[in-house]
Order: sequence, then structure tokens, then C-alpha cells
Amino acid sequence: MQSQLPLYPEQASNFAPQVDALMVFIIAICVFFAVAVTLAIIFFLYKFRRKSTGEIGVAIHGDMRLESAWIVVPLVLALAMFAWGAVVYVDFRRAPTDTLDIYVIGKQWMWKLQQPNGQREINELHVPVGQNVRLIMGSEDVIHDFSVPAFRVKMDVVPGRYNTLWFRPTKTGKFHFYCSQYCGTNHAIMGGWVTVMEPDEYTAWLSGSSGTIANPVLAGEKLFAERSCLACHASDGRGRGPSLNGFFGGKVKLADGSTVTADEEYIRESLFNPSAKIVAGYQPLMPSYQGQLTEEQTLDLISYVKSLQAEPAPSTGAGATPSQGTQTTGKK
Amino acid sequence: MPKVHYLNASYGLKSWLLTTDHKRIALLYLASVTFFFFIGGLFATMIRIHLLTPGGFLVSPETYNKLFTMHGVTMVFFFLIPSIPAIIGNFLIPIMIGAKDLAFPKLNLLSWYIYIIGGCFVLYSFSTGGLDTGWTFYTPLSSIYSNSAVTPAVIGVFINGFSSILTGLNFLVTIHTMRAPGMTWFRLPLFVWAHYATSIIFVLGTPVIAITLLLAGLERMFHLGFFNPAMGGDPILFQHLFWFYSHPAVYIMILPAMGVISEIIPTFARRPIFGYSFIAGSSIAIAVIGFLVWAHHMFLTGESVYAALAFSLMSYLVAIPSAVKVFNWTSTLYKGSISYDTPMLYALGFIGLFLVGGLTGLFLACLGLDIHLHDTYFVVAHFHYIMVGGAVMGYVGGLHFWWPKITGRMYPEFLARIAAVVLFVGFNLTFFPQFVLGYLGMPRRYHSYPPEFQALNVMSTAGASILALGYLLPMVYLVWSLKYGAIAGPNPWPATGLEWKTASPPPTENFDVTPVVDWEPYDFEHRPDLALEPGIGGLLPAHGDD
Repeated sequence: MQSQLPLYPEQASNFAPQVDALMVFIIAICVFFAVAVTLAIIFFLYKFRRKSTGEIGVAIHGDMRLESAWIVVPLVLALAMFAWGAVVYVDFRRAPTDTLDIYVIGKQWMWKLQQPNGQREINELHVPVGQNVRLIMGSEDVIHDFSVPAFRVKMDVVPGRYNTLWFRPTKTGKFHFYCSQYCGTNHAIMGGWVTVMEPDEYTAWLSGSSGTIANPVLAGEKLFAERSCLACHASDGRGRGPSLNGFFGGKVKLADGSTVTADEEYIRESLFNPSAKIVAGYQPLMPSYQGQLTEEQTLDLISYVKSLQAEPAPSTGAGATPSQGTQTTGKK
Repeated sequence: MPKVHYLNASYGLKSWLLTTDHKRIALLYLASVTFFFFIGGLFATMIRIHLLTPGGFLVSPETYNKLFTMHGVTMVFFFLIPSIPAIIGNFLIPIMIGAKDLAFPKLNLLSWYIYIIGGCFVLYSFSTGGLDTGWTFYTPLSSIYSNSAVTPAVIGVFINGFSSILTGLNFLVTIHTMRAPGMTWFRLPLFVWAHYATSIIFVLGTPVIAITLLLAGLERMFHLGFFNPAMGGDPILFQHLFWFYSHPAVYIMILPAMGVISEIIPTFARRPIFGYSFIAGSSIAIAVIGFLVWAHHMFLTGESVYAALAFSLMSYLVAIPSAVKVFNWTSTLYKGSISYDTPMLYALGFIGLFLVGGLTGLFLACLGLDIHLHDTYFVVAHFHYIMVGGAVMGYVGGLHFWWPKITGRMYPEFLARIAAVVLFVGFNLTFFPQFVLGYLGMPRRYHSYPPEFQALNVMSTAGASILALGYLLPMVYLVWSLKYGAIAGPNPWPATGLEWKTASPPPTENFDVTPVVDWEPYDFEHRPDLALEPGIGGLLPAHGDD
């Protein structure tokens, strides 16, 4: 048992001061109203206590000005809370473009995490301080939730789709992460530690353990060949499906006239539900790979597609698009 | 006491099990709801004892998960939702509007049997493998991965839903068509307005949860792919459907309690309620807006940012009518003639706890804060302040307020005041530390936790032991009062409602002559029939004294 009781967790990311400031703002408003109402009640209870048994109170039926005031004032304050909260949330949901991308897979009851170079970790996550980090998260079974209280971030990890969350660690050290969405028997022990390191330490840590790396781009390239993806997605653009060179991260025009960004979620959807969003000019011919790919294989394929550059030159894993680097960003 | 009343008008088990008297059906509900409250309370006790140590004190992880699931299912579906409407509402609504019974007495009895059948299915689930999905039944955990007895549980909750629907239907029709002469809409007690709003949710919301749980059950039994992503289903769809009912269900629990408070406060302040039409209107506003906030439970599921913005905004809007109620109750104390009888203590306790529960809702409705607070103990504390601090204080307060009417006897006042204070203190000690735990980041539904959270958990468990005492005390003295309590008379407080114009306990047909209402609600000034001096009792010794 600790000797002192802290009231808030460590502030270790860009979001922590923002969330805490919001907390203080709302606490201030709420404490004001709670104290005002409580004092009024206590005062009335004393002042207007029954003095004789036959006594009745004064018949006051209401007051329109008061009613209007206590509708309008709370409404204005509520809108202020809404607006500030919305600003923080929108920031949280829109990751910047220069992120270090880490793949996360939740399964009952462990976390598998993968650094951009393929370095894999279980229930541990190493990230460099000061770097924008984005987690791209999928689940192999039920809904999980990746949460780091010291960073004030949290996002559900839902089977059948990718959810992302981002943060910028501002402090080195070890911080708890938890599964926050109830996921069955060992939900409570499905957690681990985020280790935030100096950038050079992080680079050293990455290279120091490179012996056990399975390169996801190479694995993805192998799958791409094995599953005959190339038969349709020819790199010259003359196949029955669109060429995937330079495809990732760009805007894709769809058959129904709308556009989507070719991100991880879109590639994933196209693998499992290919006819959902057909690229303009192509036929819905692709079969679904539902049930035929594990979550890890899916991520390998995505890594490979990401690595394909605009020029039709088959990648060997070193390439990366500038905005969604699969390369590590050890140096800022 | 009257010689003949609804309790002794007929005898024998059959006269109870086949009764169509709304008052007797209310007592059937009272017995069965209390039974489920005991079961749910037992689970809660074990949860709190288990959490005394970081590693978990009492049971295995599987058992712990079953305990909090069964606690939630029992308390939400079989205690909180039926408590005030099916017991106090059932007993009082016809009397309050001057009717002989509800519009459909046989449906009323049927809804109790449906409740019992649903309850049996759930108890069967609990005793044959238990249930470990959380009361929220999130898919695909509930529909595919759980190894516990999910199917009988969802069937039980599905069946139980029809009980709510029939009760709501009964209330709506009764309030529309069976008001006594002179009982206009704006002379209705606010308790009736609150139940009108609740009934709207019963009728419109319950079918959605029923069909949703049925779909999850079908997916589990026949491997259909409604929610299973491996078969093209969407697990998030389940959450939308689930919360479409289950958020309004929170208002099913709290609106009737607000109705109780709106009766108690003017009675013990002896003056008309401040802003009658605003309190009545806010009940309807809560019921309507309450249907448009459900996805605030899902800000972090990956739902669209625009949806999150809309649902956050609506969640802030639904807070306004609740605030209006609190301000009006407070103003009702102004220039009143206030006594501190037990029901009033519960009403004041309700305002205090509901203030905390309601205000902490503003934290969770805030998109930026919810990122941190979602699925932590902050949420657990928040909804217990509403559902236990609010709804249960309202329920127990209402039981005390109308106990003389229901039984004809008074409870022991001194003990009852002690119990009200013990409940209030115990509740705060149990749940306030959980706000801090939540902000520190302790996730909910954890059978074990990091050691730095222990101090606050021990505080919470210590508080829970006081809280338990606060619940046991009324159970003991209320039963005691059935035989030994002082004779209450028709109107012991006195209060202004129509229910206090008939004998205590009332005759089977409620009134000997259909009453005519020619007074405004909560009016003490123009009511010479109210005996304001103690010891005289009310006006209507319709059946002579006992």
C-alpha cells in the first residue's frame, strides 16, 4: 500500500495536460453548482424549519425569470464543456502525418505489438520520447481496448476492423497499459508496460534485437505471391484489379463516384469484403479472403502494399512512402 | 384501521396469485423484487470483499467475472427497472388519479408472471454455469466466445422485457382514460407525470433490447452472423442496438425516483412545488432526448467523429432538464415549513447523490475527458450514484413515504432516520473513492489490480459494509412495523394527493365513491380538510376505526 494518495496519474504524453486541464475546468463548474445548491438547501432547511405543528409554507408557484435563468446559464456552460471536449477529441482522432506506426493485435488475453521494422513484442511497447506514435490495432477474437492512463489515451480494439490511436510521449519511463474493454476470463491481466526511451536508446534497442525480426514486408511479399494476388494486381496496371504501386496513402476514386483514402482500414476491408468499395473502372471480381488470413498475415500484406512505390519496381522491404513510413524514425 | 381493506378482503394463496387488484400485484412485485435485490446485493458483497487485496481475495477470475455480471443483470433488469414503477407506481397510480384499478388488471397480473418466468430463466443461468459476459452482453464475447450459460440468461431478459412493455402500456392507457372528474393533466401528481414519461420509454425502448438480445442468442445457438465479423457481421451494431434501449433504461430507473422526490418535498415543506409545469415537462424532455444520446457509450469504438460530436452535444442537452428539476426542488424549500421526517431525509439524500451522479455525467459526456475516463471506475462510480444513490434512495424514500398507506402502519421514526443517514454515509464512502480510482486509471471489471490502487479499494469495501447495514436496517424494522407499528390513519403527514383521501390501507376498489378533484396539486392553503395538527389523523374514517 502506498503511503500517499495521488489524485491523478503521471502526465506523460501530449494529451495528458490537455485532458487534465479539461478535468479541472469541469470540476470547477461542477463544484460551484454542487456547493451553491447544497448551501442553499442547508440554509433553507434551517431558516424555514417548521416552527409550529399547524404551520404551512408560503404558496409560491414558480417564477419564469428564474426558470429561464437556470435553463440558459447551465446550457451555455454545457456548450462550453462540449466545445472544449470536442477540440481535444478531434485532435485525438486525427493523427498527424509524421507518425511512427506500430501494429497492435489483441487476443484473449495478450497483446502482440510490432515495430515498423518488424520487431515484435508481447505485452511490451517501446517508443521514443517526443515522437508522434500511431497504433493501428486489430483483434483476433473479442473486443479489447488499449489504454494508457499516463498518456490519457484509450481506444477499443474491435475484431473485423482497425482502430487507431495516437500520442506523443513527453516523458521517459515505464507506464502501465491496460485492456479496458471487458474481454473474458483474464481481462484483468491483459496488460503490460509502455517503455518510453530517449530516441538514440530506442534506435539502439531496435537494432540490438534485430536478430529475431521477421520482416513484415518480405512476409507480405511472399503471401502476395502465394495467394496469386499478382495475377490480378499486376504492377503495370493492366490486370483485372488496380495496380498497387504507389497505391497506399493516396486518394482512390470509387465506382460510385466517391473517394476514399487507401489506408490500412481500406486495404483490410478490400481483403475481407472486396465488393464494398470498388475502384472506379474495375469489376467486382475479387474473392473474399475472410477466414483465410490471420490478423498477422493481414498486417504483413498491408506492410507490403505500403512498401510498394509508384514506380513499378518490386520492393524488397527497404522502400517506404514518405508519409506513412514503415521505416523507423529513430531520429527526429 | 378500516375493518375491511384490500389486504383482508379475501384470504388464501389463490386470492393473491390470481388477484387482479393492482395493490396486491404491487405487493407480489415487492416480494419478488426484494428477493432479487438480496441476490444482487449478495453478489455485490462478494465483489467488494474480493477486491480487498490487489491479487483478489476471495474467488477465481472466472467466478469474479460471473459475480459482477450476475450483480449487474440482477440489479438492472430485475431490481432497478421494476422497483419503483411496478411496486410503488402500480400501487399508487390508480389511487392518485382516482381510479378503481389500472386499465387492464389482468395484463397487470400477467406482467408479474412474465417477470417471474424471466427471473426463473436468469436464475437457471446463474445456477448452471453462471454468466460472465458483463451485463452489457457485448458481442462477440457473449455470442461466440463465452463458455457460460448465456442462452438462458438472454432468454430470461428477453421474456422479462414483455413485463415492462405491458406495465408501460397499462400506465399510459390508465393515465389517459381513467382520471377522476376534475383530475386534469396539470393537476396530476408529478409522480404520475414521471411514470407517464417512464412508460413511453418502456413501450418504445424495451422491444429493441428484447430483439437485440434475441439476435445475440440466435447467433450463439445457430451461428448466424449478425454481429460476428468473421461472418460479415458487425459487433458494433450490437452496441448501437443495446444502448438504444439501455441508455433510456437509466431514465426508466431515475425518472420514477424523481417522481417520488417531487411528491415528498412539497409534502414536508408544506407548500406547492416550485415550477410544476417545468418539472412535469422536464420528465417528458428527459424521456424524449434520452433516446438520442445512446452512442455516448461508444465514443471510443471507432465510431465516426461526427457521430461522436452529435451524441456528445445531445448528452449535454439531456442534462439540462435534470438540472431544472434540482433547481425547482431546491426552490420548493424556500419559504416552506420544513420538517425532517424520514421520507424528507431520503429526498434530501437523493438530491445530494443525484447532484454528484448527474454532474459527473458531464465529465463523461465530454469527448476529450471520456478518452481517459471511459471504462474506468469513474464510470462505475458515476452510474452507481445515479442508479443506487438516485434510484434506490428514491425507492426506499418512497417506500417510507407510502408505507402507512400500503400497510396502514407507521415505521419506527427514530430508527428510520438513523437508517437514512447510515445509507447516505455508507453510499458515499463506498462510491466516492471510485471516482479517484477511475481518474487514476483503474479499469472496471478487473478481478485483480496493481497494488497502488489498494488503499482506495479498501476504503470502498469499508464503506460498502456500512451501506449494507443501511439496507438491512429498514428491512428489519419495516417487517417489524407490520405488526407493531402505530396505526397510521388515512393521512399521517398530511399530504395533499388523492391517495391520502382514502383509508390506509385502502379498500379493494380504492374509493367508496369516485372522488371529484377541485383543488390544485400540492395546495395546502385551500385545504381545510387536511389535519395539520398531529394525532388527529386525516379526514376519512370511511370504514370506522380499528
